[in-house]
Amino acid sequence: MFEKILIANRGEIACRIIKTARRLGIKTVAIYSAADANALHVRAADEAIAIGPAPSSQSYLAGDKILAAAAATGAQAIHPGYGFLSENSEFAEACAKAGVVFIGPGVDAIRIMGSKSEAKALMSGHAVPLVPGYYGSDQSTAGLTSAAHEVGLPLLIKATAGGGGRGMRVVRDFAEFAAALASAQREALSAVGDSAVLLERYIENPRHIEVQVFGDTQGNIVHLFERDCSLQRRHQKMVEEAPAILLSDDQRKQLFNAALQAARAVNYVGAGTVEFIIDKAGAVYFIEMNTRLQVEHPVTERITGLDLVEWQLRVASGETLPLRQSDIRCEGHAVEVRVYAEDPAHDFLPGIGQLVHLRLPHETESVRVDSGVVSGDSVTPYYDAMIAKVITDGANRAEALQRMRHALAATEIVGVATNIDYLQNILAHEGYLAGGCDTHFVEDACGELLPRETPVPFEAWVLLAFHALTEIAARAQLSAAPESPWAKLIGFRLNTSLSFEFSWKYQNAVTSVEIHQVAAGWEARSGNARLFVSAFEVVGGVLQLASTESRLTGTIVTTAREQHLFYAGTHTRVQPFDPLHSGEDLEEAVDKLVAPMPGAITAVLVKVGDKVSRGTPLLVLEAMKIEHTINAPFDGIVSEIRLSVGEQVLAEGVELIKLEAALESNENQANG
Amino acid sequence: MTQFRSLVDTRAPLYQQNFASMHAVVEDLKVQVGSTNGGGGDAARAKHRARGKLLARERINALLDPGSPFLELSQLAALGMYDNEVPSAGIVTGIGRVNGVECLVVANDATVKGGTYYPETVKKHLRAQEIARENRLPCLYLVDSGGAFLPKQDEVFPDREHFGRIFYNQATMSGLGIPQLAVVMGSCTAGGAYVPAMSDESVIVRNQGTIFLGGPPLVKAATGEIVSAEDLGGADVHSRKSGVTDHYARNDAHALEIARRMVANLNHSKRPTLEIAAVEPPVYAAEELYGIVPTDLRKPYDVREVIARVVDGSRFQEFKALYGTTLITGFSHLFGYPVGIIANNGILFSESALKGAHFIELCCQRGIPLVFLQNITGFMVGSKYEAGGIAKDGAKLVTAVACAKVPKFTVIIGGSFGAGNYGMCGRAYGPRFLWTWPNARISVMGGEQAAAVLAQVRKDNFELQGKHWPPADEEKFKAPIRDQYEAQGHPYYATARLWDDGIIDPTDTRNVLGLGISAALNAPIEQTPFGVFRM
Repeated sequence: MFEKILIANRGEIACRIIKTARRLGIKTVAIYSAADANALHVRAADEAIAIGPAPSSQSYLAGDKILAAAAATGAQAIHPGYGFLSENSEFAEACAKAGVVFIGPGVDAIRIMGSKSEAKALMSGHAVPLVPGYYGSDQSTAGLTSAAHEVGLPLLIKATAGGGGRGMRVVRDFAEFAAALASAQREALSAVGDSAVLLERYIENPRHIEVQVFGDTQGNIVHLFERDCSLQRRHQKMVEEAPAILLSDDQRKQLFNAALQAARAVNYVGAGTVEFIIDKAGAVYFIEMNTRLQVEHPVTERITGLDLVEWQLRVASGETLPLRQSDIRCEGHAVEVRVYAEDPAHDFLPGIGQLVHLRLPHETESVRVDSGVVSGDSVTPYYDAMIAKVITDGANRAEALQRMRHALAATEIVGVATNIDYLQNILAHEGYLAGGCDTHFVEDACGELLPRETPVPFEAWVLLAFHALTEIAARAQLSAAPESPWAKLIGFRLNTSLSFEFSWKYQNAVTSVEIHQVAAGWEARSGNARLFVSAFEVVGGVLQLASTESRLTGTIVTTAREQHLFYAGTHTRVQPFDPLHSGEDLEEAVDKLVAPMPGAITAVLVKVGDKVSRGTPLLVLEAMKIEHTINAPFDGIVSEIRLSVGEQVLAEGVELIKLEAALESNENQANG
Repeated sequence: MTQFRSLVDTRAPLYQQNFASMHAVVEDLKVQVGSTNGGGGDAARAKHRARGKLLARERINALLDPGSPFLELSQLAALGMYDNEVPSAGIVTGIGRVNGVECLVVANDATVKGGTYYPETVKKHLRAQEIARENRLPCLYLVDSGGAFLPKQDEVFPDREHFGRIFYNQATMSGLGIPQLAVVMGSCTAGGAYVPAMSDESVIVRNQGTIFLGGPPLVKAATGEIVSAEDLGGADVHSRKSGVTDHYARNDAHALEIARRMVANLNHSKRPTLEIAAVEPPVYAAEELYGIVPTDLRKPYDVREVIARVVDGSRFQEFKALYGTTLITGFSHLFGYPVGIIANNGILFSESALKGAHFIELCCQRGIPLVFLQNITGFMVGSKYEAGGIAKDGAKLVTAVACAKVPKFTVIIGGSFGAGNYGMCGRAYGPRFLWTWPNARISVMGGEQAAAVLAQVRKDNFELQGKHWPPADEEKFKAPIRDQYEAQGHPYYATARLWDDGIIDPTDTRNVLGLGISAALNAPIEQTPFGVFRM
């Protein structure tokens, strides 16, 4: 086994690899870009090497720098994680040359499986079921057109060297073929510099099922069952589970055999995933093989009880596979969701910003959380915006899903928009619960899955109100004498009681809650709603209210402008609102510009209609041999100039110039 | 310090009976306060609000730190006077924290007779200023007043303790370094104009606050000039031209925010010279005071049971426990502040008076504030006691009380009669604060005793003339005297006339004492020069 490995990755996967390495007594070296200097993976590793500026092309993709770091730290092997250099055959080759073990398959396997046409050509010779298609080198329009007729409709045109959906076109009528081909070629050329395309029968609404395989250097190859990754949005997986439900024994057998065949065809070593689609009729087709550890590998770990990273390390160090096929069991059901910093309401725009507040679900035997960030870290524009993977399992799917719903309900994130509510809506959707969804499910159901702004329940307002009350008490405790009765007797009034009123803006409406002191506690009131609260306290950042009927708990996070309430699995954003100070800046009003003393105007620096900002010199008055510059006291527009250059101002207090306040920022002065 | 072991049985019939009757008087107090706090009534309040103005108590809430206690003073001033048309005497006064500084706030309630000054209004304003002076509390005047109530000018204008004293106080307090800050939120007419003008710093609300020595009607009558109130003395005039005000505010909330900033810039610091201990709540519930203290003042009880429900940890170190046992003296802490407590447990004898004088000397020597729990019918009478010199021993106690410079706090928890009132630091003896329980009675002697004394004098006259006075006639003579004493000895009568700083719910005793002691510690504790003790 290795003494020390370098992890050529970041975020949750780097942390996850470090965890297993540490358990196995292997020292770890982290690498980091300038943006990740304080990242969790850097702190978790035994050593860390700065590798370059934030852009990944100059850091996590800079193979030479990574090899130099490995050499400098004496790491014997490099674990590439997923993404970045994990499927880069040149890097694998460079590792071999540098005498460092690349934890992954052989260079040829990476290269072959990295090319769709080469992979399919090879697979066709190994009894792996393929979607009917054309992968030939004749890229003439005539040749492709005749090939298209052989493949049949509907038809998919794909860039041979592409990926991620670029250069892809679906053709349902041969009349559209020529135009679709031309545009696919153009796009392929501009995206990857190669206009070559392949043609495939387009499988309508397939399921995406993949099989985890593992090989060792002795030629043993096993599979670790399948995963259903059909829930995708634009080829980004969102929810993954294992095993796949609604598969027949026969289909499963086909999948496993084909996967093992594919792996054998390239003498596969290490962890790999063979991806298939299953059409409506139940036919299984090979798509591609991913020659790395997948993001969603934890669901396989949960159903097999195995540690795939441990296997990777053992195999890479030359050991045989720890188990034979017959010893690998599948038990229970596991689900994974990817919690992303992205805004479903705005076309899943990636969220960038600081994670002001991050509370991930509590890990238990059945709840696993893989994350590479903590509260206070930032999601940067340089890398993938995934915040965490949440994995739950259970004796069956229903149990695993229920745990997932609870786990997500307990996830609190402030600072960036997230897909948590969207994921919750998927998990609650009838179509998903029924199982067997195809890869279009998420896009088809998107309208139903988008989080809706729901009315905030009274209890949530009550929590916000008591939070405000605890803030008042906390502020009083910050005073010079925190033990003083003036700090302790919050709201004391003689022979009467002070009621507190708190207001917030939510969805353009103002909601107020009053808290009245009553016998043995407090009563919260809003409209006709009433709630008696006998005690309240903040424990570990969580506000707890004891009421006669129930116990309410919630977390409130205050940012510069907003308050975020996490209550009963919901996340509500409100703006605290003070009716006394609405729409006011508290600067003292100045609205007239008058002469400070008698004198002569020596310069007028603006003209009527000019837009000026605060501090702009408007005119100059000379008096007592001193020049006085009159500056704009606020942003506004010059509406009138009463005096011209050379004129004498006969008395102090004479109005010199009129300025209309800029409406948007200074309505207070404007109506003065 | 020893923790007091209570012997109270909350299931005893007497306890239950006491509880019910105390509860009744407390409830009545709260009803009175509730209606008083409504100010000039719904119509007047609606009119006030319609002008965009906040009510006096709303202004105070917005001025104080969020959640700050407000120790209101003279809450029921003028209660039962002027047909009850001047609730709270038209002015709200009290202590609250502004930016962490304990400040004295005086706010006119313009919904009550336009915020004009009745005799009790003047008295209440002056009492608030007296408290500010004694305790060195910055003063904030939220002005919205039409000035003196003209029909009663003879009772509010000319005398030493009348309207003019307000400005005298402002000038002299400012001279002592006690900040005087004014927020002009309404009229400041005639003499009222001097409130902002005599202040160290002031703010005025535009289109709302006005300051002038003579209002538009007076100006018209005097010179024929026709001018609007705003042009005569509005915010623009005083902030831009006259310089009477220093800050210009858009509305009440803005003005109060500026006032808070003024306090933030006072560079005020409080440096108590006391050793402050960790705060401990009493072991026994304050509510039990209801069951312990009978509303019938003739029924005795152990005042230590009251002390145990007021002081930290119910700990009380008695001084001279075995001597002069009708007066309880001892040391405690209250909200962490060391205090010396003097409480009545019966009539005062020579020994009790000597013990009290000795204990006051100790507290003055040590700089420990004194708390008097007053429930006293008086000093013992009779030839034996007169010959024993009870007059000079009583004088020693009164001398000690009068001279003591440590902050003194008095709570009348029962009777306050005759010379007992003096010996237990009644109003005339300058306690920093004096509060009354709603079961208390205060008069020169009990109604029954007064009736008996007067009847005896009359009877003696009848007998000198050889006439017989039938018992039925005697009873007819005594009844109105008893009634008069009962009415005038009632705490509502007393508090309406500012003989105290307010009536409190017994369960608030600890809280108001804590707030009061803290406020008092803004002023340094001085050494006491005692007068001659007649030996």
